Amino acid sequence: MKIEILGTGCSKCNKTKEVVEKVLKNTGVTAEVVKVEDIETILKYGVMITPAVVIDGDVKIVGKVPNEKEIQKWITK
Amino acid sequence: MVDVFYPLQWIADKLTYEVFGIAPETRLGASVNFIIYDVMKIFVLLAFMIFVISYIRTYITPEKTRKILGGKKGLQYYLMASLIGIVTPFCSCSSVPIFIGFVEAGVPLGVTFSFLITSPLVNEAAVAALWATIGFKATLIYVVSGTLLGVFGGYAIGLLNMEKYVADFVYKIKVGGQTKMPEDLNVKERAAIAFESVKDIVSKVWIYVIIGVTLGGIFHGYAPEGILEKYAGKDNLLAVPIAVLIGVPLYSNVMAMIPVVESLIGKGLPVGTALAFLMAVNAISLPEIIILKKVLKNELIGVFVLIITLSIIFTGYLFNIIL
Repeated sequence: MKIEILGTGCSKCNKTKEVVEKVLKNTGVTAEVVKVEDIETILKYGVMITPAVVIDGDVKIVGKVPNEKEIQKWITK
Repeated sequence: MVDVFYPLQWIADKLTYEVFGIAPETRLGASVNFIIYDVMKIFVLLAFMIFVISYIRTYITPEKTRKILGGKKGLQYYLMASLIGIVTPFCSCSSVPIFIGFVEAGVPLGVTFSFLITSPLVNEAAVAALWATIGFKATLIYVVSGTLLGVFGGYAIGLLNMEKYVADFVYKIKVGGQTKMPEDLNVKERAAIAFESVKDIVSKVWIYVIIGVTLGGIFHGYAPEGILEKYAGKDNLLAVPIAVLIGVPLYSNVMAMIPVVESLIGKGLPVGTALAFLMAVNAISLPEIIILKKVLKNELIGVFVLIITLSIIFTGYLFNIIL
């Protein structure tokens, strides 16, 4: 599984990465977490408000830090 | 008119004069009373405004907005862009992707700027703090003139045909369309999102409110009456441009700034000059200009800053005449 965190470097984006990594650790799910800061790639996903989380090419959330429950749902289904 | 905030004043008075036992006519009493009352009032209005605006926001996404505004010319679309700018969440880190997204969807440059100008200028947190401190009437004037400033600034940039001063790479980017924002939320889900925003924003700004109110409170209690009227009153024509020129590069949290400005008004700073200063602080800042430099060439940035600065100075004079 590939999890991309889209964000141009704001504090919320860093927080998103932290939460995602925490949930991965807690659930024992292995995934590759990549932070995407390149605007072109971010816009390719149609995302204009960061942070956003993309899992295996699928945009899951835009414009806010996801909570742990949400992340758990995405990675365990 | 019944003052809906009377209970808060009552609590502030009780706390200051009875619980803390500070005499009302002392400077310390004035400061402490100001701080307690302002903090309560700002938080009440902040929670209320964020909830309302965040609720409305669940209906409006940038994805939808750029579809609505794409390829549209006409003054009404500048107004629409400016109004949408009010309710859109906007931290400066999103300004570049939103800018490119709009341009790519064929939103005219001027209309895009109307959005970009109003978005940081008029936002729910600033409105709540203004309403709590300077009053409803001044807040309404701030919102209306901020919206019109967006319309006018965008329109002026549109007239100047500055498309070639947008960085070339912007026109080459293709925006994907796969973002699925939940569209069919029910009332409960929308309210939950709005409540989350209240928590999110309040947890971020509370410290600035406390800092700003404390500074304002000290100034309120200890600075001599009318001190600012003497140096920055209405008859000093340089006061407005100086206030605006200080505010433009300044990057500061408005939540801290507004209570300070309230206490300055209390000491004789004209409301128009104060509002112009706050507009300048909100509308542009050095960090925002640096971010926009990624997508705009220097000529366009220069025109943008110039138009905003001049119109805010003009607005300040106008406020001082009518208020």
